[in-house]
Amino acid sequence: MSLSSNHLLGLHEVPKEDIQLILDTAKTFREVLERPIKKVPTLQGKTILNLFYENSTRTRLSFELAEKRLSADTMNFTKSGSSAAKGESFKDTVLNIEAMKVDMIVVRHESAGIPKYLTQISDANIINAGDGRHEHPTQALLDMYSIREKTGKLEGLKVCIVGDIAHSRVALSNIYGLQAMGAHVSVCGPSTMIPWELESLGVKIYNNIDIAMAENDVLNVLRIQLERDAGGLIPSVREYHNYFGITTDRIAENNPDILIMHPGPINRGVELSSEVADGTSQIILNQVTNGVAIRMAVLYLLGTRAE
Amino acid sequence: MDIKAKVIDSVGLDRTTTRLAHEIIEHNKGSENIVLLGMRTRGEFLANRIQEKIGAIENKKPELGILDATLYRDDFRTRLKQPEVSVTDISFDLTEKDVILIDDVLYTGRTVRAALDAIMDLGRPNTIQFCVLVDRGHREMPITADYVGKNIPTSINEEVKVKMTEIDNEDAVYLIETEND
Repeated sequence: MSLSSNHLLGLHEVPKEDIQLILDTAKTFREVLERPIKKVPTLQGKTILNLFYENSTRTRLSFELAEKRLSADTMNFTKSGSSAAKGESFKDTVLNIEAMKVDMIVVRHESAGIPKYLTQISDANIINAGDGRHEHPTQALLDMYSIREKTGKLEGLKVCIVGDIAHSRVALSNIYGLQAMGAHVSVCGPSTMIPWELESLGVKIYNNIDIAMAENDVLNVLRIQLERDAGGLIPSVREYHNYFGITTDRIAENNPDILIMHPGPINRGVELSSEVADGTSQIILNQVTNGVAIRMAVLYLLGTRAE
Repeated sequence: MDIKAKVIDSVGLDRTTTRLAHEIIEHNKGSENIVLLGMRTRGEFLANRIQEKIGAIENKKPELGILDATLYRDDFRTRLKQPEVSVTDISFDLTEKDVILIDDVLYTGRTVRAALDAIMDLGRPNTIQFCVLVDRGHREMPITADYVGKNIPTSINEEVKVKMTEIDNEDAVYLIETEND
């Protein structure tokens, strides 16, 4: 079994078999992470460039660790302190780095479509680590892996994504991926944060969090992105918390069995109360551990793909 | 692909595993410190049977784990087909144990090389011993087995196919002629 593509640009129109293969392969790497020596020699001699034009902690560290655990050589590029600050174009930067011979590029950029553009100017395998408001496929894959690990299935499961859907690449990748795996996806948030076009994708829209909680098995709660002007879309952070924040009371009243997920970083007291963030309904730190396994699986499947 | 000969039948396979179990116990002066590691896929079933045999002789079954050495292979760059990985399942510590690595066929020795590296990453065993049902020759590495069910000299154009009831509906070892290129 191999993936059907040389790149992972998003989960849009990715066949179910590919997603299944990535999730199953991640299980192998999840076991590697429990070993005393958490490293395998599989990608020895491969060079991977982490091209990060946008801030990131979790995703960049997770990719870097996954690369190291597969014994690849890694290079890190961040926008600040690089020649991009001197005015070098994106294309020139990439071509120059590629001239040093890299095999794979993990890219994060504030503009949607940059990973696809990279496939046209580079021979490397391209992995999207988040492009603008478009997609963040490895986050969605690790979310799906974490749900499957906890509930044993994806097919027929009801998953609601809560928060700033319009600004979220995590939401879109999750919608594509979960729908491909046969889950029912809905979204919930203030109207200013919901693009109504989502209904054309077959996504149910809630404006009431209590109803959304009662009718779903899983809540994937997104961060309110204050740095992306989300502040202008809601009257105040406090009001958002009152109407959409997940609290232990809401869980007890609406659905005590609900599974709470969050891609991080959490704004405590905004989208989740501190009690929920540390409580028994959530699997937030499992998501982080599984993220390394998912990225190892993607790197392995692309890096060893037969010509 | 033509079957040239059935080299071991089900009765023979049972006798051979019985002998291998006895040899392992004899060589290790008991089964106290022994753990078994079956290599996916058929080595796993062979290891199961040897575990049963040792259990019957010694009144105590040694622990059994399953090793998948795919991630340690040396042929990622040369293969035409991507190998499928599966999970290693070892629920005990290998440190200071006498590890009996079990596989169905010993051929080039490259899989064993990968398995040795995988084991070293899991702990530091006292010894690693290698038990194989069929040794067909053509080694490409300085590797030999400690316990051999049967030596079957083969040509490059032949293949040894081990069948086990757990997945193949019969117990047997066949010698098969592959097509010449």
